[in-house]
Amino acid sequence: MMARTRERLVVVGNGMAGIRTVEELLKRDPDRYDITVFGAEPHVNYNRIMLSPVLAGEKTFDQIVLNDRSWYERNGITLLTGEKVETIDREARTVTSVGGRTVGYDRLLLATGSDPFIIPVPGHGLPGVVTFRDMFDVEAMLRKAADGGRHAVVIGGGLLGLEAANGLAVNGMKVTVIHLMGTIMERQLDEAAGFLLQRELEDRGIDVMTNADTKAVLGDGHVTGVLLKDGREIPADLVVMAVGIRPSTGLAKAAGLAVERGVVVDDHMATSDPAILAVGECVQHRGATYGLVAPLWEMARVCADQLAGRRDSAYAGSVTSTKLKVTGIDVFSAGDFGGGKDCEDIVFRDAARGVYKRIVLKGDRIAGAVLYGDTKDGAWYFQMLREAENVAPLRETLIFGQGFGGQGFGGQGFGGAAANPKAAVAALSDGAEICGCNGVCKGAITRAIADKGLTTLDDVRSHTKASASCGSCTGLVEQLLELTLGDGYQAAAAAKPLCKCTHHPHDDVRRLIVAGELKSIPAVMQALEWKTANGCHVCRPALNYYLLAAWPGEYRDDYQSRFVNERVHANIQKDGTYSVVPRMWGGLTSAKELRAIADVVDKFAIPTVKVTGGQRIDLFGVKKEDLPAVWRDLNDAGMVSGHAYAKGLRTVKTCVGSEWCRFGTQDSTGMGVKLERMTWGTWTPHKVKLAVSGCPRNCAEATIKDFGVVAVDSGWELYVAGNGGMKVRECDFLTKVETEEQVLEYCGAFLQLYREEARYLDRTAPWVERVGLDYVKRRVVEDGEGRRALFARFQFSQMFSQTDPWEERASRGIDSHEFAPLATVG
Amino acid sequence: MKEDITWIEVGRVADIPPAGARVVKTKHGDVAVFRTADDDVFAVRDRCPHAGGPLSQGIVHGARVTCPLHNWVIDLASGEATGPDEGCAGTFPVQVEDGLIRLGLRLGQLAAAS
Repeated sequence: MMARTRERLVVVGNGMAGIRTVEELLKRDPDRYDITVFGAEPHVNYNRIMLSPVLAGEKTFDQIVLNDRSWYERNGITLLTGEKVETIDREARTVTSVGGRTVGYDRLLLATGSDPFIIPVPGHGLPGVVTFRDMFDVEAMLRKAADGGRHAVVIGGGLLGLEAANGLAVNGMKVTVIHLMGTIMERQLDEAAGFLLQRELEDRGIDVMTNADTKAVLGDGHVTGVLLKDGREIPADLVVMAVGIRPSTGLAKAAGLAVERGVVVDDHMATSDPAILAVGECVQHRGATYGLVAPLWEMARVCADQLAGRRDSAYAGSVTSTKLKVTGIDVFSAGDFGGGKDCEDIVFRDAARGVYKRIVLKGDRIAGAVLYGDTKDGAWYFQMLREAENVAPLRETLIFGQGFGGQGFGGQGFGGAAANPKAAVAALSDGAEICGCNGVCKGAITRAIADKGLTTLDDVRSHTKASASCGSCTGLVEQLLELTLGDGYQAAAAAKPLCKCTHHPHDDVRRLIVAGELKSIPAVMQALEWKTANGCHVCRPALNYYLLAAWPGEYRDDYQSRFVNERVHANIQKDGTYSVVPRMWGGLTSAKELRAIADVVDKFAIPTVKVTGGQRIDLFGVKKEDLPAVWRDLNDAGMVSGHAYAKGLRTVKTCVGSEWCRFGTQDSTGMGVKLERMTWGTWTPHKVKLAVSGCPRNCAEATIKDFGVVAVDSGWELYVAGNGGMKVRECDFLTKVETEEQVLEYCGAFLQLYREEARYLDRTAPWVERVGLDYVKRRVVEDGEGRRALFARFQFSQMFSQTDPWEERASRGIDSHEFAPLATVG
Repeated sequence: MKEDITWIEVGRVADIPPAGARVVKTKHGDVAVFRTADDDVFAVRDRCPHAGGPLSQGIVHGARVTCPLHNWVIDLASGEATGPDEGCAGTFPVQVEDGLIRLGLRLGQLAAAS
């Protein structure tokens, strides 16, 4: 047999992609090439994705080595470590290393990987600033932690950054993660999963700062801290830049190969020079670059086929999935979860187990998946995603995972019988847990129904505790009642859910926010098992209000969950302009105020000025970008926001009262001003209007207000729960009091009861009609101690709400982005 | 005939609050640039197909916005009204790289629409 002249293959890059290609090639055609591998690092080939466990001390370097030196020897491969290739001479078909070694090739494989991206802020080159890319970086970090470095700042809250943060925290450092975006790992996780992950990391002592933009790395001779654009400063002995990677393309570019973001390859992994192939993170294929491991394997197989002379295989791009390698935190994500036309979400939350799952469907196919806390079905979803499996037949139980489908349909899993949730419940074993909160299984519920003759959901709740806590298993319990009782079961008319994002009615949400000490919108959505990823325009403002009312001074208002009027503190009009109403306390104004209003009207060419029904002046047609300047001029004349846009206290209408009126019995204007001074700025479930009349002729129309006061000779009559509007409702008489102080106390107590117990967007009238006037009287009139406590809570919450929002925006630059365009083009 | 798209840098993702929007003013009308809670960026003409409401002022939930005037819900990816309502606000292509937003404008499209 003739000895074959072997071709020469040179591999630039001793990383995972290059060596995996060589391994695949050896499987196909072990004798075809004389192989030389150049590696810039001094190490043998190791598993780069396991650097995180090395940093966290869970693995040693030896444990992550993929191929030791004997493997190269056994396979006749020349390994040149610590030799970075500097140039390629495509004409001569040689490569030359920095050390001056020149090696000829017939085929060249570029597997140069990627470089960490360094944000070019001042101080980025200081000693103590490292990246997280290779074994050098890990060693530098471990050295710093061992040398008594106390504070570490990780810039970048992506996959790598968080793994670095966890590793450094395990090594005893106090770690702060700085992330530019609002959600950590935003490319892999949605907001809800990002929130759960952030909370878990914070529980482990890692500080996470989102929406944080780095301005500079501080230090003189060595890193001492990081300065953010908003002026905050974080001390640091070590700064890890983990903001992203870029394909390493310098060598290819210098050799004149086609390079865009990465080295451009075709479906056969060939570069623009057919003698040169490329694989891994350095390549750009069909416009995409990859920074994860799975695509490398797929590319390596195609590349090995090409090198072995098999032309028929082709790389078609990869769909990727991600897992975070932090012990004890299970996170999985795959595909696209940004949503869009035709996309639907299936969301599952198990508050008791800390589980969040979201499957994004496009038509009948899975487009993306995010799993937190329970990732065992990740591979199953990922497989169906990659294979574009039609999931319509198992849609109703899809979110419960493969096991559930299998259980219900004799182990067939998907593709079996149509998934009927009731059939699935029927097929559950007696030991299957129905209520996760209280640990109640199916058998306990069906036995209780049969043995104790239970017929309603409430019966089951009181006897078994199933569905009595978070309520998310209510549907399952009702199905069990139906299955056990057959036609004998009549579902009770359940209270209407707050919106389509939840099965909980308003009252349950309010109760559970307080009982569960839930203090943010993501916390409520997780604990109450919201069915959507981040709610809708109905539930978000309601939740924001409930949280604000439950935790005054503590809850930070979620500005993006407010209707535009409450966000920009003016009323949007049909043409997109705004109206502005300054407060006129008790309907009183002055020459100075009127002059300032007139000046503002002239200066900003405000087209319409109208006197409102609430005794103040409305300026219509103000352009949004003019709002802060309009407010500044009004503020200068001593005027503040009239909150004419708010679900809150609007006006206190008054008549002139005893000061001028010949019939007046008390100073109704003065009483009105005092009420308005006490109540302005409060947030309530809906708008609130007050009025004070100075005698029973009632010129201030006080008996169709939310809280009305009518003066009589011997004191003040108090009325509640009236309104004008589509259905006029006359007030109910609450009680009569003697002093102004009592008027204030009863008013504050009534408003606080309304604030704490009414449903969002209920005015006082439907609320009082629902709970009954007797209930309100009992709480506000008969129970003196309770009234004083309500009043005290009202006053406490007012401590945090009586700031003029106009002044904050006109003079202190709050929310300035609201009033300026992002850009002006042309 | 295919019209040329002009790519224009309009700002950074960080300049838009999460689940919020900012306006890009053009000679031919406003464009609303949205950032979702998942940090996806979309650009839609800032006029609701129903009564011309400024979509940039609405509440953003998922990849949708609710118009502040009459609660029409508009899909940000397609610009189409969702549910029983029908109409399309019109969208613009967006590129995001290293946190920088580029808006693809076909000025003819804006002119025709305004």
